[in-house]
Amino acid sequence: MSFAKPKFTHPQSPRNKVGYIKSDYEGVISTLCAGCGHDSISGAIVQASFEMDIEPHRLAKLSGIGCSSKTPTYFLSNSHGFNSVHGRMPSIATGANLANKNLIYLGVSGDGDSASIGIGQFVHVIRRNLNMTYIVMNNGCYGLTKGQDSATADVGSINKTGKANEFGPIDLAGLALELGASFVARSFSGDKTQLVPLIKAAMSHPGFAFIDVISPCVTFNNNKGSTKSYDFVRDHMTVTSKVDFVPLKEEIEVQYEAGKKMDVKLHDGSTLRLAKLAPDWNPFDRNSATNKLQKARSNGDVLTGLFYIDPSSGDLHKKLNTVDVALNTLNADQLCPGQSALDKINASFRG
Amino acid sequence: MSSVNEFVIRFANVNGTGSASANGIFAKSIFRMGIPISPKNIFPSNIQGLPTWYEVRVSEKGYLGRRDGIDILVGVNPQTYIQDIESVVTGGYFIYDNSKPMHESFFREDIHFIGIPMMKLSMQHFADPRKQQLFKNIIYVGAVAALIAMPLTAVQETIEKLFAAKPKLIPPNFEALQIGFDYAVKHYSCPLEYRVQKADKTGDSIVIDGNTATALGLIYGGATVAAWYPITPSTSLASAFEKYCKKLRVDPETGKNNFAVVQAEDELSAIGMVIGATWNGARSFTATSGAGVSLMNEFIGLAYFAEIPVTLINVQRGGPSTGMPTRTQQADILSSAYASHGDTKHVLLFPSTPNECFHFGALALDLADRLQTPVIILSDLDLGMNEHMTDPFIWDEQKQYDRGKVLNAKEMDEIKDWGRYLDIDGDGIPYRTIPGTHPTKGSYFTRGTSHDEYAKYSEAGDAYVRKVDRLLRKFETAKEYVPKPAMRQAKEKTDIGILFFGTTRYAALESLDILNEEGIYLNAMRIKAFPFNHEVRQFLDDHQKIYVIEQNRDAQMRSLLINELDYDPGKLESVLNYDGTPITADLISQKIRHSLNVKQQQSQPI
Repeated sequence: MSFAKPKFTHPQSPRNKVGYIKSDYEGVISTLCAGCGHDSISGAIVQASFEMDIEPHRLAKLSGIGCSSKTPTYFLSNSHGFNSVHGRMPSIATGANLANKNLIYLGVSGDGDSASIGIGQFVHVIRRNLNMTYIVMNNGCYGLTKGQDSATADVGSINKTGKANEFGPIDLAGLALELGASFVARSFSGDKTQLVPLIKAAMSHPGFAFIDVISPCVTFNNNKGSTKSYDFVRDHMTVTSKVDFVPLKEEIEVQYEAGKKMDVKLHDGSTLRLAKLAPDWNPFDRNSATNKLQKARSNGDVLTGLFYIDPSSGDLHKKLNTVDVALNTLNADQLCPGQSALDKINASFRG
Repeated sequence: MSSVNEFVIRFANVNGTGSASANGIFAKSIFRMGIPISPKNIFPSNIQGLPTWYEVRVSEKGYLGRRDGIDILVGVNPQTYIQDIESVVTGGYFIYDNSKPMHESFFREDIHFIGIPMMKLSMQHFADPRKQQLFKNIIYVGAVAALIAMPLTAVQETIEKLFAAKPKLIPPNFEALQIGFDYAVKHYSCPLEYRVQKADKTGDSIVIDGNTATALGLIYGGATVAAWYPITPSTSLASAFEKYCKKLRVDPETGKNNFAVVQAEDELSAIGMVIGATWNGARSFTATSGAGVSLMNEFIGLAYFAEIPVTLINVQRGGPSTGMPTRTQQADILSSAYASHGDTKHVLLFPSTPNECFHFGALALDLADRLQTPVIILSDLDLGMNEHMTDPFIWDEQKQYDRGKVLNAKEMDEIKDWGRYLDIDGDGIPYRTIPGTHPTKGSYFTRGTSHDEYAKYSEAGDAYVRKVDRLLRKFETAKEYVPKPAMRQAKEKTDIGILFFGTTRYAALESLDILNEEGIYLNAMRIKAFPFNHEVRQFLDDHQKIYVIEQNRDAQMRSLLINELDYDPGKLESVLNYDGTPITADLISQKIRHSLNVKQQQSQPI
């Protein structure tokens, strides 16, 4: 069952530029556990969509299977949604995007969905640089089946049963960097001030934008000894920079000195402003991002923020040289070559 | 045994030596003479080095099925001499490369041996080793032409057409052709007992493989998104789609593509992309074979349950598992009809000719949209990869695409009570909406979990039962949309029937003629689709005994008939062939003859 949220709102609720109030971006009431990190991420998506003046019907939300993949019902109820099969959201997103390049695609997945059963699709959607935002709600465990370790759980991380994980983790952000993703970030469900601008930037990015969001499972993986608990992440979180999203069409202003701000102009004219930059990191340099991430990992830190961005990468449609209009708008006149072309084809098969 | 325009010739080659092109030239040249042909590639799962055969049935009578027994064998591969010689019928010919002497023990008394020093001749005339290899093939084509009285002009015309874009290649090909021709004329008394002569039995037919034909049908039917993963024998379908899209679907003003082809990372992803694309309003398809369909099962169930159009072409090969990847079968009927877990049923189409592949390619897109469900075209390796003589493609210019029940923005405003899964018309088919169409209406959540009429998640038993029962109602509606079977009445009244589908058609039709000659009359029905329409049941009801011809071990079509029509198994007798080669008319005739004889003996008084 799902329960709709009450519809009444304050008549003076602020409206955004496209005439919607914030609650227009909400969904039904969450059925996740109270305090679940995923609900905070849903809230960040609602806020980001509202503030970005997205018309809900111009966005499609897609997911796989698992706790994380249930969340698309908890936000953007005026958008079409697709809860697909386990680990296969990327292929659905790819097909949907090929059919209509003019919508915003927001994919939501989990660590089981993306790092285990769906790692093949995760890897290949990155290779294709599909224009979408891909959020992994990463809690290091399988919540819906009661807390088994997932492939992103750190070695030695202790789960609810008290057992230490024996297997090395897959760092999805590191993997995305390695595979050539054109936008890679990590955040924490408990840090909305960082997460909201990252989601906005990801949605403005004209290619594959990946955000790995550490999102503690309050029921099965928030215990002492877990490296995906609220306490652990708060204590070990470091940042690449302070991220802000500026929806203004300002001039690009780039400064490379540590501690100063850097503005990255996104393709829709808005700006991603990075401040208090980490000294040994350059967001346009994949190697620098990889090094920074690996260094943080060996220090036991949870590095968050934007890792890497290539604002001018060509997405899948560019590689396939598709027409400017959405393929789903083409009609029979444009698609059917007609009998005269068929006559020529017939002639070519007459020996 | 002399024969004009009725014989089987087989070429035994080594894979990867350029023989395919020469053999194709040979077959096309006969077709050019107005004689029906049915070429078949019998190839290994290998790129270079293993034996490969190319067989052409020449039949002025128009019999295009495979026939057992080789009349002329052109042996160019010493590895397979023993089995090749064995396969020749008594009185037949073994034409071989005698550049090196053949072992004495290979010779048979009852067939003719014709040695042509193919390699030696090639080495004498061509300097470069690659050319020596390639033109050896054209040399044997020239020699065979002389031996079967094929005019060189027919072959020359084929070569000219083939190399129209590379005219430099024409003179050396002509030269090689002449070398072989002259050698045969000089050393043997031409023609042989088997020969060709000009006829007028090909009309305006074309010769094309089913995969190319299906791809063209998909282009004409408006498919824009193709997602696929390489697998024999379906790969050439996706390749043909892309090839012809590049010719027919590039916007002339911008040079940009009105199509998108993605080679996916696996079959799971390929069908996921199709589902995503059709959910979002594009026409889309994937092509695969049985092993790929196995992988796609989970997604097929989602498309069935969430009611998303899918066009899937299963070019069947020999199963199970990796099975016989380069051999043909019709063994995925049940696994396609009921693909995925839970209660599922899927629409199937059974094309039997390239012409039908073309029309079914377009039709499948219409049916998938109309019925909002997976539609699976069950082709097979024989149809998909071999060339067949077929009627030319005609596209009805008046025809509109049937996009089914898709609401536009205006209709969304007008409709009073819309639920994504609400059966407004009573035909089991709900109205769907495409993302991005209306600012405030029509959004819903697509899911593989159980849902009510308004697409809301529900674990309530009654909502679930309403849903799956409506899907059954929709499947009933499908019977009105899928093609009706083709029927053929026997010349004399009979209560015996023969039922076949797909590529068994060729052998079955020939078998009907053979049995007619013997005074055995059968009414025939060729099934074109599942679910079975009313006419299928009527045919079964109208006959006491029905022979069901199919190319699998377990009589899968018979099982489907028994199961879906709740039919008496005793009335349906199987005629099966499942060794990976196309079924023959002789086999069908023999089994039916035997079955009827047995019956007659049983009815004798003791």
